[in-house]
Amino acid sequence: MNIHPTTAGLLLAGILFVLGLISVLIRRNIIFMLLSVEIMLNAAGLAFVVAASHWGQPDGQVMFMFILAMAAAEVSVGLALILQLYHQLRTLDSDEASRMKG
Amino acid sequence: MLPALIPAIPFFSACILMLWWKRINHTAVTVIACGSIALSSLVALIVAATVAGHDRLPLVQHVWQWLQVPGFTAGIDFRMDALSVVFTLVITIVGLLIHVYATGYMQEDEDYGRFFACMNLFVGSMLVLVMADNLLLLYLGWEGVGLCSYLLIGFWYKDPANGYAARKAFIVTRVGDTAMAIALFMLYQYTGTLNIPEILQQVGGLWTRGDGVITLIALLLLGGAVGKSAQLPLQTWLPDAMAGPTPVSALIHAATMVTAGVYLIARMHSVFELAPAAQTTTAVIGAATLVIAGFSALVQTDIKRVLAYSTISQIGYMFLALGCGAWSAAIFHFVTHAFFKALLFMGAGAVIVALHHEQDMFKMGGLRKLLPGVFWVFLIGSASLTAIPFVTAGFYSKDQIIWLSWSAAGGHTGYWLAGLLGALLTGMYTFRMVFLVFYGEVKTKVHRIPGSVMMMPLYILAFLSTVAGFIELPHTLGHVTLFSNWLQPVLPAVEILHESLAMEWLSQLISAVLALGGIWLAWCWVIQKPRGMTEFLSMPGQLWLQGFWRRGWDMDALYDALMVKPFVYLSDINSKDLIDKIYTGLAQLMEWCHNMMARTQSGVLRWYIMGVVLGAVAVLSVLIWRLYEV
Repeated sequence: MNIHPTTAGLLLAGILFVLGLISVLIRRNIIFMLLSVEIMLNAAGLAFVVAASHWGQPDGQVMFMFILAMAAAEVSVGLALILQLYHQLRTLDSDEASRMKG
Repeated sequence: MLPALIPAIPFFSACILMLWWKRINHTAVTVIACGSIALSSLVALIVAATVAGHDRLPLVQHVWQWLQVPGFTAGIDFRMDALSVVFTLVITIVGLLIHVYATGYMQEDEDYGRFFACMNLFVGSMLVLVMADNLLLLYLGWEGVGLCSYLLIGFWYKDPANGYAARKAFIVTRVGDTAMAIALFMLYQYTGTLNIPEILQQVGGLWTRGDGVITLIALLLLGGAVGKSAQLPLQTWLPDAMAGPTPVSALIHAATMVTAGVYLIARMHSVFELAPAAQTTTAVIGAATLVIAGFSALVQTDIKRVLAYSTISQIGYMFLALGCGAWSAAIFHFVTHAFFKALLFMGAGAVIVALHHEQDMFKMGGLRKLLPGVFWVFLIGSASLTAIPFVTAGFYSKDQIIWLSWSAAGGHTGYWLAGLLGALLTGMYTFRMVFLVFYGEVKTKVHRIPGSVMMMPLYILAFLSTVAGFIELPHTLGHVTLFSNWLQPVLPAVEILHESLAMEWLSQLISAVLALGGIWLAWCWVIQKPRGMTEFLSMPGQLWLQGFWRRGWDMDALYDALMVKPFVYLSDINSKDLIDKIYTGLAQLMEWCHNMMARTQSGVLRWYIMGVVLGAVAVLSVLIWRLYEV
């Protein structure tokens, strides 16, 4: 079986993304949800890198840098929120934090 | 600048009084209110002299441009011609006398200033109506008169009945006004202008005699006139309009408001001449109204209601004359009627004040000795209303109408008979009133003798209602035609078919005999009470008939059954408002949607993510599908 490296890379990225997505949806622990979001971000970044190498263009790698920076920022804000949440509710269950009902 | 001053002065003083009547004292109000009308009548006299001096050529004054759009202009333009001079003089002079009288009558009223503000406004609006050069400005005055009648009839607004009467007057006349507005639209559509002289000039070229459109326009104009002048079938508001103070009644009946319809028809005479059907309708309405109102006046108990029905009846004579094409006869009767009806109303007001606001004639009596001054002027007014031959103005004007209703081109024996029956009824109801009030035994103590402020205008009017007739004498009695000559440039002379001195003598003789016979009947009925009369009055069905007449031929009940009841019934059915249901439903749907959307905001993070994912999948699916399908 002979799979083109680009296709393989994109498949891997897709699988990773879907895995991340599913775990965001099914996990209730908010730290795991944050981790899953990171996985999805990395999957997207991988797709960018693969695409960049496919077309021989550096843009994808630049985009990956952006994603990394954004992910770092997101994690810092997200962890701060999680800490606050834990302070307030004494739990990490995201379903418990449903006070912002419409 | 002169003609414009005539309505401007009363308007100005009305403004001053409206703004400051609470701050200025009693005397200042009197001076401003009466002074303005006096000034206005002075200007009117000067203008009348000018018009007379210029060989009765109309004096036109453009004050300013009111409306200007492509194809239509309307200005504040005043036009003083022979017809409007007559009306202006009557309005200002009779209006002045009524104002002077009212300063005595309303002396103790706490809303003295408000009263005179409305009165001045009333006179101003009426002046605009008669002086307007275009129909739009005329309509402004027309509606202004309607507004003032509402304000003044409901002057003592604390009594709900007065407010009801005011609303009734306003709404019933509005029915006619709607017809008139439609007539104006149609006139504009066909002639492209609302300028009165231009319209009168154009109609002859646009339509032939009897054309459907011009007939419709004339009938719609007649509808407006019928509403304002309280003619059949819109006469029901006038008897109730007696709720206002007596000087208001005098003003409405003598100088303003109810004569507006007569003026309108006379002003638009060219339109009516082209529509014989409308002219016949006018005459028939006039003849029917004068008889019906005469019967109603016969059985009233309230002195002011007798006079109200009498006005309806006398305006009926004017409409009859207009319908026969005897334009100047109608205007002549308007002038004499203004004098003697103002006199009668103010005389009645003097009686009412003297008896501490007693209006029931059956509680009066014997006032001849207690109020001799009022008695004499009231008698002169009544004589003029009854048309006592030779000495009263009413005789000359009314007999001219009765004679012309038979002899003119538009005349008919039926009209003549109705006029004669009206003459009999007038004599009866007028002197029934005189005998009830001034003869017999004294029943009520006299509370206040009217002062000279109230009596002076009465003396002047008594003088005028005697001598005003001598400016127009019939063929049989010297044939003086000063009045119709004066109106000649504006109103065409009446076309006489049967010119016969003998017939004219006969007609005058019959109507004089009938008028005197009416007085004799009233004497028998009220004072002498002979057996035949008492037996006649105890005939079966007679009480019912009296009640029927007293209620104004049950026109109110008819309208109640025809209009008011069905309307109330329909509004009851529709009390939940069918149309509103649609909008309520729409609002409810929106509310439901809102609730559903609010439900999705569960606060559970994972559901939000689910939503985002499903949305993204949907968008991507559509994108991919479009990419590969197309």
